[in-house]
Amino acid sequence: MNVLIDNLGEFGTRFLGTIELFVLSAIASLILGTVLAAMRVSPVPAMRVTATAYVTLLRNTPLTLVMFFFALGFPRLEIVDLSYFTLAVVALSLYTAAFVCETVRAGISTVPPGQAEAARALGFGFGQSLSLVILPQAIRAVVPPLTSVQIALIKNTTVAAGFSVVEAGGIYSTLSERGYSTLVGLLWVALGFIVLITPMTLLQRSLERRWSASSGGVRVGAR
Amino acid sequence: MSAPTAVLFDVPGPKARARNGALGVVAVIVVAALLAFIIARLAATGQFDGAVWEWILYENIQLALLEGLGNTLRAFAAGAVLALVFGAVFALGRLSDHAWVRGISTGVVEFFRAVPLVVLMFIFYFGMPSVGVTVSTFTAVVVGLTLYNGSVLAEIFRSGVQAVPRGQSEAAYALGMRKSAVMRFVLLPQAVRSMLPTIVSQLVVLLKDSALGFLILYPELLYQARVLGSSGQLGRPLLPVAFVVAIVYITLCLLLTALATYLERRTRRSAAAPAVEEAAAG
Repeated sequence: MNVLIDNLGEFGTRFLGTIELFVLSAIASLILGTVLAAMRVSPVPAMRVTATAYVTLLRNTPLTLVMFFFALGFPRLEIVDLSYFTLAVVALSLYTAAFVCETVRAGISTVPPGQAEAARALGFGFGQSLSLVILPQAIRAVVPPLTSVQIALIKNTTVAAGFSVVEAGGIYSTLSERGYSTLVGLLWVALGFIVLITPMTLLQRSLERRWSASSGGVRVGAR
Repeated sequence: MSAPTAVLFDVPGPKARARNGALGVVAVIVVAALLAFIIARLAATGQFDGAVWEWILYENIQLALLEGLGNTLRAFAAGAVLALVFGAVFALGRLSDHAWVRGISTGVVEFFRAVPLVVLMFIFYFGMPSVGVTVSTFTAVVVGLTLYNGSVLAEIFRSGVQAVPRGQSEAAYALGMRKSAVMRFVLLPQAVRSMLPTIVSQLVVLLKDSALGFLILYPELLYQARVLGSSGQLGRPLLPVAFVVAIVYITLCLLLTALATYLERRTRRSAAAPAVEEAAAG
């Protein structure tokens, strides 16, 4: 208990760093991922190929390596000077966007084809049928798995600890400098993550239960 | 347009074809410009100079990288085997008839799924010494990989077993099998078969996660890249080494992903007649 109380300020700053990393990367990855998903189903072959290549590349690269490129490699290019924090946000967003894209694309394919056909019959173009008809209906299928992607993201923020970003995972160094037990400190960090993640997991499960029941009804109705 | 998503748009007429063509050109130009910019920066900062690529010719550096690759694969192999065992044990625990076994297993699985893998590795590597237990980096990496991926695999196994049609286990009980026999001869074979693609995808995650060993200085591929990349003697070739390492990782992961896709296609092909086949085998 002493480890937590004596270092409360340190725990506070570091968890705040984690939350900041998470919120910024979550927003950026959701936007970029949705755009990529739209590109993957678009009528323009060049866009489909680009998005597919992006997703394949990023999904098969370890996050540590992506972070490695941005934190250590990017400064070597001497384009702009960015802080490690910004670079970590960029790396996390680009990496997570690939998973968001896959989730959204899977969600799009759960919408009954009749919906898209009806939209086309009404004269909607690709952009209109996607944004007005398909995506709003795909939300049901997409939100629960997207929550899982975001849970993975909040856990992945700890990778940034290895690249000089102030966040919860890196607390062991401060604690061992100050002579506190790193084991107890890290167990508190683990507990902190459980506290952060539990509400998201509960939300995801309740949405899954509620929406999977009613979307079954929608599908039956559509046939 | 034979794409499966072609339902989203009409077969393009002359106008739409022109517009799509224009958009395609714009997309190509944007991507090409981005790549050209990065390549130009790489060239301007001397990343293509012969001097920073010379290391690739040195035998002991090739050996060091191979050793890093060997360490990555060693951690992956040990982690994969142990995670599969851990997953099987805790999946059985969660399906147990005894409430206390179920409770403990659920607690363990939920805990290790919620704690970030990095924190787990830190707990073993930096935390354990403060209670007098020294843990090697290899052990810390493998134990971390096992606990996290094992917990995820436990959930995969469990949902696979629960997805087997109920009639299968009822029929087995009716034949007089005990619970363990039902599990071994009826439920698990069908569950593993249907979950194989998901299991292999999880192994891809495990392979990628093994790169986290870098953070606790386990001498795996990425760590070797860092060491080589900051060596002044070689002209600090960080980016060239990182490119080579990235290609190795992506190739390994793609091979495993290809295996998962192959297995998925195979399962789907024979999915029409699994019951008959299963019955014939039993």
